[in-house]
Amino acid sequence: MNDLMALFVRSVFVENLALSFFLGMCTFLAVSKRVDTAFGVGVAMTAVQTVTVPINNLLYVYLLAPGALAWAGLNHIDLSFLSLIAFIGVIAAMVQVLEMTLEFHVPKLHQSLGIFLPLITVNCAILGGSLFMVERSYSFIESLVYGFGSGLGWALAIVMLAAIRERLKYSDIPDGLQGLGITFVIAGLMSLGFMGFAGLG
Amino acid sequence: MLANYWKALTTPLINENPLTLQILGICSALAVTTSLDTALVMTIAVTCVLAFSGMFISLIRNYLPHSVRIIIQITIIASLVIIVDLILKAFFFEIGNRLSVFVGLIVTNCIVLGRAEGFAIRNGVVESFFDGVGNGLGYGLILMIVGAIRELFGHGSLFGYQLLIPASQGGGFEPLHLMLLPPSAFFIIAGIIWFIRRKRPEQIEKPEFSVRVRPGAAEK
Repeated sequence: MNDLMALFVRSVFVENLALSFFLGMCTFLAVSKRVDTAFGVGVAMTAVQTVTVPINNLLYVYLLAPGALAWAGLNHIDLSFLSLIAFIGVIAAMVQVLEMTLEFHVPKLHQSLGIFLPLITVNCAILGGSLFMVERSYSFIESLVYGFGSGLGWALAIVMLAAIRERLKYSDIPDGLQGLGITFVIAGLMSLGFMGFAGLG
Repeated sequence: MLANYWKALTTPLINENPLTLQILGICSALAVTTSLDTALVMTIAVTCVLAFSGMFISLIRNYLPHSVRIIIQITIIASLVIIVDLILKAFFFEIGNRLSVFVGLIVTNCIVLGRAEGFAIRNGVVESFFDGVGNGLGYGLILMIVGAIRELFGHGSLFGYQLLIPASQGGGFEPLHLMLLPPSAFFIIAGIIWFIRRKRPEQIEKPEFSVRVRPGAAEK
């Protein structure tokens, strides 16, 4: 239990996907102009990440890893080269399923998240989460915790960035840094702040 | 005709740089730049994937049903990335390990899908190929600059070749450890963007609001 807690804290703060691995940067910079949209993307991201990382874990362990097909009597087969395509397929399918479920059961939430869900399919933080899961060989429970934690960490970072950018609209910024430039500087400062968590976990 | 290819090749270098203007593919650009050799390998990998995905997608663009095009594009890109990944594992195992997940993440690198959607789907095969090479080089240019700055000031070396002798070995150079940590990449890219936009004022983004000075307030 303690291990899982430590993994959760580590994935939210210490190994924040956005600020220390630079994953999901395109969305991070492009949709962080307003807090409410940033919050919407953050929620969608957390939901998709919590679902896809464990599913990809099952897929990898029982189908793709070297020797994973032993249950079918094919223990010399190694399909791990297919994992990229398989993961992307799972992510695209899960996003589609999530979108349909939300539309059917919680139409209101679907309306506010609607446009962000498809965008998330090509977000590198989602694929990155699954690839890190393989690289660090997490178990099923660990990957569940890691998926939720890393999604939450990303959501936290984008909401914070959006809050700062809203305030920044009223400040006088040098022409060349206007927009994208100053956003990079802020992200850098936030990343510097998150490095303070390095001792945790 | 030749001028077209040249244009497709050179405009993405500075004028329409994918990183600093189009905000595409930033994720991987920041993570692989702690040393120059990983930046170079990443540049080559992305350029190859971009060029060939542009070429193949442009080749089948007239037979591609509109509704399923994204899935097909991603499948083509993912197959190319798998090939690159296997080549790296076979011939450059050590660098491939240091790039870890970021080779696989070329699949979701927005430059690749962005150029496929924005250019290759409408243009000829050869132009798409050169557009891919151009965008890959534009991406690589920024990557190499950031990589060079970070490695030089963080380790005192370039391509692993020691240029500045650190103080711990009797030299006069104190390695700047911040350069090897994630935040420095953000600051360096911000600086590059600022520099490019000073030289190319037409790239400057308009502020959403302008601060209006109350009459008489300026004199205080």
